Amino acid sequence: MSRTEPLLTVRGLAKSFGATPVLRSIDLDVPAGTVTTLIGPSGSGKTTLLRCLNGLEVPEAGTVTVSGGPSVDFGDAVSQRRLAALRDCSAMVFQHYNLFPHKTVLDNVIEGPVIVQRRPRPEAVAEATALLERVGLGEKRDAYPFSLSGGQQQRVGIVRALALKPRLLLFDEPTSALDPELVGDVLSLMRELAAEGWTMVVATHELQFAREVANEVLFMDGGVIVERGRRRRCSAARTRSARGASCSG
Amino acid sequence: MTSENLSLILTSLGPIVLAAIAGTIPLALISFAVGLAIAVAVALMRLSKVRIVSALARFYVSVVRGTPLLVQLFVIFYGLPSIGLTIDPWPSAIAAFSINVGGYAAEIVRAAILSVPKGQWEAAHVIGMSRRLALRRIILPQAARVSVPPLSNTFISLVKDTSLASLILVTELFRQTQEIAAFSGEFMTLYLEAALVYWVICLGLSAAQNRLERRLDRYVAH
Ligand SMILES: Nc1ncnc2c1ncn2[C@@H]1O[C@H](COP(=O)(O)OP(=O)(O)OP(=O)(O)O)[C@@H](O)[C@H]1O
Ligand SMILES: [Mg+2]
Repeated sequence: MSRTEPLLTVRGLAKSFGATPVLRSIDLDVPAGTVTTLIGPSGSGKTTLLRCLNGLEVPEAGTVTVSGGPSVDFGDAVSQRRLAALRDCSAMVFQHYNLFPHKTVLDNVIEGPVIVQRRPRPEAVAEATALLERVGLGEKRDAYPFSLSGGQQQRVGIVRALALKPRLLLFDEPTSALDPELVGDVLSLMRELAAEGWTMVVATHELQFAREVANEVLFMDGGVIVERGRRRRCSAARTRSARGASCSG
Repeated sequence: MTSENLSLILTSLGPIVLAAIAGTIPLALISFAVGLAIAVAVALMRLSKVRIVSALARFYVSVVRGTPLLVQLFVIFYGLPSIGLTIDPWPSAIAAFSINVGGYAAEIVRAAILSVPKGQWEAAHVIGMSRRLALRRIILPQAARVSVPPLSNTFISLVKDTSLASLILVTELFRQTQEIAAFSGEFMTLYLEAALVYWVICLGLSAAQNRLERRLDRYVAH
């Protein structure tokens, strides 16, 4: 299905902070329904790449194209509207969750759908509740983030991203701020999402996860992709069949 | 203490408290509300990326904080008439106090906005919010919490500063006291009485501040 046209195409992306180049001419194709993982040493540019993909960081050069969506050429002056359009295609899950501390779990999740996307509140609440139940947090609906464990907060962070119904999910080291015993829950949720056919780009230090779940593993170093490990494509099969069905190549 | 003094205290307490209720407290409340609105506007201007806008805000804060409140009050009440702008005592007092609070509170609000972690802005952008919407829904509510303690202090100072309005003929707590004192000649007794009334008001405000802070703290991690 998605073999012909990738959901996300990146060409020649470059970004520097001051005089320091952090990304040098990154090319990337992310087919729909696949998982791409970014691994590499600290400071290699994983976070910066993810942030460039949704306009949190504005690169100096290169293009980011979402099929059927905006195509942004950062070589030209980019309007806020273009950036917003790019941002609307994806949702990011942060290393430190970044939940809104003054809002309940439910309000964190429905803020985007109701306030930004202007969807009917009852519908958004029903969907959010279903998602929260699905990740085992149905009872925490009315709790405030500070009363949740890190793993629970991150699951809320993921649900908040899912509730936006983005075409692309970006994860920036979603488990690296978690206590080791809490990592498993979040990773297994991400495995489920991959199995459901979500298109995901994941920066991670969990090598095991990166290899098992990814269709493509990108190894970054010094702002370039130094190695690409592609696996047999099996997203269609995965979408249809049970989660985690072995599709390693 | 003589019994005459005691009876003077008792008979003067009524008018003094009344002047607090009809003068000091509304003067402080109205000026604080207007001042806070000014403060938020100035804080946002100060954070603007447009140079001239932030420079204007910086200028305002600098002038307000760098000049005595009494002088500001006199410029408005006694100074402006000489350029043809005559303002009554009450509006003059409210204008001066609001402008003054606006300058001090602007810095508090600005610091509070800056204290909200950058990740909150980013999370707001990720769920599709514009800068404006993020500010209103995500950043300002969190900044409000942070700024409650310093703003409470500003308010308590303001309550005491309203006594300066007595110098531009506003009948508030202190002016009422002065009138009774001049009439009776018992300056020590009456000024101490006025001090006591201010103190009681401020004690009440401090207690309210503590309650409010505890309430707001409930939802924030430490
Ligand atoms: N806002 C910034 N200003 C200046 N330099 C920055 C900024 N953000 C990142 N950098 C630099 O860019 C480089 C890449 O950072 P980035 O956070 O993308 O790496 P990373 O691969 O995500 O690392 P980690 O595994 O530690 O998260 C680093 O050298 C970092 O110091
Ligand atoms: Mg990183």
